[in-house]
Amino acid sequence: MKVSVTINGIRHTHDLEPRMSLVHFLRDILNLTGTHIGCDTSGCGACTVLLNGRAIKSCTILAIQTDDKEITTIEGLAPNGRMHTIQEAFRENHGLQCGFCTPGMVMTAADILKTNPTPSEKEIREGLKGNFCRCTGYHNIVKSIQHAAETLNQ
Amino acid sequence: MRFLKGTGRYTDDIKLPDMTHTAFVRSPYAHAKIQGVNTGAAREADGVVAVFTAEDGCGEYGVPCGWQVNFKNGDTMREPVHPLLAKGKVRYLGEAVAIVIAETLAQARDAAELVEVDYEELPAVTNPRDAMNAGAPSVHDQWDDNAAFDWCIGNDRTAVEEALKTAHHVTELKCRNQRLAPNAIEPRSYIADYDVNNDRYTLYSSTQNPHLIRLLLCAFVLGIPEHKVRVVSHDVGGGFGSKIFHYTEEALLTWVSKEIGRPVKWTADRSEAFLTDAHGRDHVIHAKMGFDKDGKILALLSDEYCAMGAYLSTFAPAIPTYLHGTLFQGVYTTPLIHLNVIAPFTHTVPVDAYRGAGRPEATYLLERILSKGAQEMQMDPAEIRFKNFIPPFDGVGQPGYQTQVALQYDSGNYVGALKKALEILGYEDFKKEQDKARKNGKLLGVGISTYIEGCGIAPSAVVGSLGARAGLYEVGHVRVQPTGKVNVYTGTHSHGQGHETVFAQFVADTLGIPMEDVQIVHGDTEQVAFGMGTYGSRSLAVGGTAILKSLDKVLEKGARIAAHKLEAAVADLEYAEGKWTVKGTDKSVSFGDVSLTAYVPHDYPEGLEPGLDFSSFYDPVNFTFPFGAHIAVVEVCKDTGKVDLKRFIACDDVGNVINPMIVDGQIHGGVAQGVGQALLEEVVYDEAGQMINGSYMDYALPRADDLPFFETSNTVTPCPHNPLGVKGAGEAGAIGSTPAVVNAVVNALAHLGVTDIQMPLTPQRVWKAMQN
Repeated sequence: MKVSVTINGIRHTHDLEPRMSLVHFLRDILNLTGTHIGCDTSGCGACTVLLNGRAIKSCTILAIQTDDKEITTIEGLAPNGRMHTIQEAFRENHGLQCGFCTPGMVMTAADILKTNPTPSEKEIREGLKGNFCRCTGYHNIVKSIQHAAETLNQ
Repeated sequence: MRFLKGTGRYTDDIKLPDMTHTAFVRSPYAHAKIQGVNTGAAREADGVVAVFTAEDGCGEYGVPCGWQVNFKNGDTMREPVHPLLAKGKVRYLGEAVAIVIAETLAQARDAAELVEVDYEELPAVTNPRDAMNAGAPSVHDQWDDNAAFDWCIGNDRTAVEEALKTAHHVTELKCRNQRLAPNAIEPRSYIADYDVNNDRYTLYSSTQNPHLIRLLLCAFVLGIPEHKVRVVSHDVGGGFGSKIFHYTEEALLTWVSKEIGRPVKWTADRSEAFLTDAHGRDHVIHAKMGFDKDGKILALLSDEYCAMGAYLSTFAPAIPTYLHGTLFQGVYTTPLIHLNVIAPFTHTVPVDAYRGAGRPEATYLLERILSKGAQEMQMDPAEIRFKNFIPPFDGVGQPGYQTQVALQYDSGNYVGALKKALEILGYEDFKKEQDKARKNGKLLGVGISTYIEGCGIAPSAVVGSLGARAGLYEVGHVRVQPTGKVNVYTGTHSHGQGHETVFAQFVADTLGIPMEDVQIVHGDTEQVAFGMGTYGSRSLAVGGTAILKSLDKVLEKGARIAAHKLEAAVADLEYAEGKWTVKGTDKSVSFGDVSLTAYVPHDYPEGLEPGLDFSSFYDPVNFTFPFGAHIAVVEVCKDTGKVDLKRFIACDDVGNVINPMIVDGQIHGGVAQGVGQALLEEVVYDEAGQMINGSYMDYALPRADDLPFFETSNTVTPCPHNPLGVKGAGEAGAIGSTPAVVNAVVNALAHLGVTDIQMPLTPQRVWKAMQN
């Protein structure tokens, strides 16, 4: 089935097997391997990307459902290999360890801060509910997002 | 940085030309006879390259166990063949029966559904205590009961029992340190690539210890020459122990790749991770602690049944024995200790090291029974600890503290850690707040835990005498390039611990050069000479010291070259800020100049070899013993039993700290896992051996809103026997935190007569305890 979707600002048109999930399209066909698969069932959030600006789990949406839509992955969050404010905040606050959940965390953080530019600690923690991290105990992830919020609001 | 941009390189990110994909056919039963396997339809399916079963003769010796613990009576440990694909029988849910290889993953999965296996289901046993009952279903028919071995440590049992008989007070604890799934967020992933032209294999593996995997794979499983195999482990998305072990899939894929002459990839899905990653813990415990009238501990006795699972995983026998019983002294002066362990096979996935590995189980038992004792004797839980602490000792110019359970502690100040943690809490004020809260009908509780752990494994000769089938030294190779830039090759492996930062930091500090001039290389048997990998909080203490030894050699040789260039004697030089200076003068030569001279040796000391490149092996003289005090404050909802973790204070002593941010990060993650065990996590197998919560919908991993910010701090008692003075930080959080949280919940409900609750402390269990 034909799908035409804009990913990180570039239009891609492919003929895909209808059952292919978006995450497999990103990883296997487009080689955008920054989006990870931790569970395949919407549980862990490692595959989070932005669909028309909102965070979704790319493992539980079919690639063909994204026809004519806009996707942003971790590779496209900041242009030309630069770092987005959120990515910088994660770096400065040691908001990652093994890095596997990190792209999903950053994309979810982008969504949190887009919908609520001044979130409380509680709101950040609730916003991260759909993303598992087994390394950091979330401590420095929450700090990173607080820090990013401050920077973005300056 | 690469992780933030999505440009990390995890095994599943790798695509090789002509690569095939796999799906496993796994047993839907915990125990069954395999009457037949029909792969005909699968072989005919679209895109299928090959289908293999045990009949195809893959690795008939199976994967080996790396640690031998014999029976107390001297009988050899029972060691069943751990097959790559089940033959004749399946012994746990999810055991692989067949492997299907196809052009795409979807085709492999479709075809796997066409494999027909004829099973005859048999009764199963999953609880290690039940596994030792007369008439329990047998896991391996060749033996008359399910014990893999039994074992004991400490003082004579009779003496301990006598002391308990005459003690002023005896506290009893019966509990299960429940089974946990490690849940690295990156599922295990392997790619095997056989190169027919050169008769060489490359295995890309999400492993914590590539050299060990190569050794086991070559020497024990497949019998292929070690120099023909390269194991690469680039970025690994968390391990927590579960990626130490040599898994059947690694060996099987390596074998398959040669059979089909193409690269082959397998990545577990989350269900497979739950079913097949080695689990942690699972001890059934009955312990007693005897006290005198002042609360001094007189004796400790524990009888435990510790599950091994269906087969012996790589380090499984060591976990409930040498990594568990040897920590029964804790931080207390207990004069009499005895632990008896029976380790049965069960119809479950193998159990092996999971963050802390044996030490969280020891700490949980000690800290729970001690707090329970204090509660029964109406003593303050902090006071009873202060009464029993081993007094401070720095281990310098004195032997360490000799325990009743084999180990000799290196240095410690257990009083100091608890005092600091109590100060941060504001203990006296808290008690007033708690009284006030109770009057207002609120259930507030505080829990204390003071722990010690043995890290930096290990002196090889010692672990060898205890049954380890490997040495446990480490390798550090420093290659100074002609321009003075430095590549460091370490046999440890980073999967989130930040070695690239910490190691580069101390190498740069030692050489007085910028951090960006240092590159750390790990995770490739072709680049790194050898290594034992990362686990047991050993990387900096053992791996760091090996690097330091090589740095010493670099500086020693560098000094000879510098002396030649400066026309001075080596003894007259000093090294600081990246240059050698003739003492008392401004004559100096930089590290970069000396490096260049070493590789362009035109004007050079006579008889000295060119180059600046050294490798060292470091075998530690002792374990290291980090310790600390953890305090949890909880509020329990009186209507629902839900536990709200309000504060968590961790005062850890990991010796010298090189990078506080990274150490804090390690503690945070460990604490989260420990809190997870206390409140949320448990793998549940039902009577038939079905895992009833093998998904993220059912297994409760801690989420961001389950946890508060952690209040971390530390004391510093350097390790006296390694030059960095470091002790290790990777597991401390997971060891100290679990009993602190459970003690806090029991404390919140103490006035209702609650003295113990079985983990995990789900709202239902807590609510039930309140009603009784």
